[in-house]
Amino acid sequence: MALSGLQIYKLLPASSKNPEVKKHANCKECGFPTCLAFAMKLAQKQAELSQCPYVEEESKTQLEASAAPPIRLVTLSADGRKLEVGNETVLFRHEKTFYHQPGLFVRVKDAQPDAAEVAKAVGEYSVEYVGMDLTLDGVAIEAAGGDFAATVAAVKAACPFPLILMTEDPATAEAGLKAAQGTRPLLYAATPDNWEAMAKLAAQYEVPLAVRVEGGDLTALAALAEQVKEAGVEDIVLDPGVRGYSRSLAVFTQLRRLALKKNERKVGYPLIAFAGDDPILAGQHIAKYAGFVVLDRFSPGTVYPLLVMRANIFTDPQKPIQVQPGIYEINNPGPGDPLMVTTNFSITYFAVANEVESSGMPGWLLVADAEGMSVLTAWAAGKFDAERIAKSVNSTGVAEKLSHHRLIIPGHVAVLMGELEEELPGWEINVGPREAVDLPNYLKMQWG
Amino acid sequence: MPAIEIPKEKWSGRVREITLGATAADGGTRAKTVTVGGETTLPFLHFEGEIPHPPAIAIEVQDRKPTGWSPVLLDAWGDATEDVAAWAKAAEEAGADVVLLQFGAHDDLTPEYARQTLRRVLGATGLPLIVFGPGQAELDNEILVAVAEEGKGENLVLGVCEDKNYRTIVAAALAHGHMVDARTAMDVNLAKQLNILISDMGLPLERIVMDPTTGALGYGIEYGYSVMERLRLAALQGDSMTQLPMLVTPGEEAWRTKEARAGEGVPEAWGDWAERAINWEVLTASTLIESGADIVVLRHPESLNRVREMINALMSKE
Repeated sequence: MALSGLQIYKLLPASSKNPEVKKHANCKECGFPTCLAFAMKLAQKQAELSQCPYVEEESKTQLEASAAPPIRLVTLSADGRKLEVGNETVLFRHEKTFYHQPGLFVRVKDAQPDAAEVAKAVGEYSVEYVGMDLTLDGVAIEAAGGDFAATVAAVKAACPFPLILMTEDPATAEAGLKAAQGTRPLLYAATPDNWEAMAKLAAQYEVPLAVRVEGGDLTALAALAEQVKEAGVEDIVLDPGVRGYSRSLAVFTQLRRLALKKNERKVGYPLIAFAGDDPILAGQHIAKYAGFVVLDRFSPGTVYPLLVMRANIFTDPQKPIQVQPGIYEINNPGPGDPLMVTTNFSITYFAVANEVESSGMPGWLLVADAEGMSVLTAWAAGKFDAERIAKSVNSTGVAEKLSHHRLIIPGHVAVLMGELEEELPGWEINVGPREAVDLPNYLKMQWG
Repeated sequence: MPAIEIPKEKWSGRVREITLGATAADGGTRAKTVTVGGETTLPFLHFEGEIPHPPAIAIEVQDRKPTGWSPVLLDAWGDATEDVAAWAKAAEEAGADVVLLQFGAHDDLTPEYARQTLRRVLGATGLPLIVFGPGQAELDNEILVAVAEEGKGENLVLGVCEDKNYRTIVAAALAHGHMVDARTAMDVNLAKQLNILISDMGLPLERIVMDPTTGALGYGIEYGYSVMERLRLAALQGDSMTQLPMLVTPGEEAWRTKEARAGEGVPEAWGDWAERAINWEVLTASTLIESGADIVVLRHPESLNRVREMINALMSKE
């Protein structure tokens, strides 16, 4: 639990009972006038404990424990691919941001003859979205009466992503862990029946361990996580044993609230969810608090929208996504087709590009660097004025691609027309519609 | 070990209940009405509050066969898109709760045409109606005034009202006993402000549906998502001007995207066209339902089925 400034003050030299430490009270070596002032800064996370050279070991331990994240960061890895989940700090993305995208895994069974082929397809899948390459995160291998170790080895050879090893039998688990050596898989799962042996394996092989109870019993879940922790496993993942929409939403929300708002350390771990072959349920788990989402089927037409959804929900709302300024071609334009200018705020760009694209009319879209602001905001802030627009026209060399010198500006900045004509001699400035949605009509009327 | 206590929030606010449509008992001709709203907690958190009504699914039908719609969509409705009355009937048969009649801007769009079209749609389906004008202020006003008069007693939702154009539509709703859709551009304060402006004209809040706008998956959905979460949190915290059910149009937004429209010349990683296109609409809608949508307007009948299954599952407490 985060400590207040006064609680921290009691752990600093000014409050020490040891005269050797106490003599450094208010020494200012940390850069602050008093220990109390330093404590206040520590509480606000505007200072680092290492700035105090005299703090006692015991105090250090307490302070570090209090600074531990309410949801533990758990890392899986394989062949240089690392997946980090957890460490979230808010319930709603607008409160700050969601930090670590949940890992998306595809489940195969060891009795499934094409397990390695599925794994290969998962590993090779990559799709571009606004300049990012989106991929899945790994393969979950479930023991179902086949040769578990051989399947793990084959999947590991076929796919460079981290693995989840699914079995409740400790002997099978150990065979799988051996086959997965060199990677850091998640072991799934310890239950109230097998936890001792599973915890021992997780500690021995230094891998994270999922714990599972039945039916969303949070008291049992916390107890099991504590037992596993006491047995030496620090990286824990929780499966409260609920499936389907309604109970998952309720229990995952409860667990997130317990960790963040009640500082309930015993359940301060990432959650694992199973979505079957239902992308809508997978979508719910992405938005509502899973750290790992396991799908039963790999299909590009389903995975692509899910990866985009995940990227959207985990976009930092404090930093609007910008698109690269420059010239964008829509519907394969030719030299005689219209040239429009807008700003590099992603939503503005998407609104305009989408309308032009769906109109079916070819066009050139010049995206000016307006520091990621929308048209009106950027104009008001002086980031989308005649000078900047003229600069982007000139620096992109768009004129060389065109047989005309006409530039369409957004209707909201019609006032820039005169100035722009001065900045861009020889150009005709056309005032387009105020809203992107009216562009197709405008283009048909003016250029059709 | 002490039992873990389930953490519950104590919300002071409640979303207003609104009812779309009117049966004969209330002066209309609808076979049934649809009530939404009334939530006293965040979406589907049955353990801490009431979710008295499931979100409603509206299907959009257009007064003319749409040009430029994806063949994935047009094929799904078959010949029904040739005639708006047949389309509305097909929407009801497909399982919609509400029909959204969308007028397009074309030369035949006159008040008299709008009246006739409304009569035909009212005759073809017993579901409550939402009627949207073509989205050009003057035309919208002309058409919606005629629609309001013609549909007197039916308790229609008229739209869309925006801050630049709401007075005439609100006046028509007041005069003829209808509701309005109040649309703003993904912003909490703008949404509140428009609700205030409309209620200042005398239209009770129970007759306003809040339409905070959305982007499609991949095209700004996160803005719509967070604005809706914030509006719903504000409503539950007691801000009366946000205590209105929310309507969004994921169908229109999703089917505008390249992902839904383009079958050829796209990356192989996009996968099967119909699978991807329908997933685009379904995931846009489901994500917004998780953030508080009370009415979603969809376009594809398969999306309707899948979103319905999701809603049914979320309304169950198990």
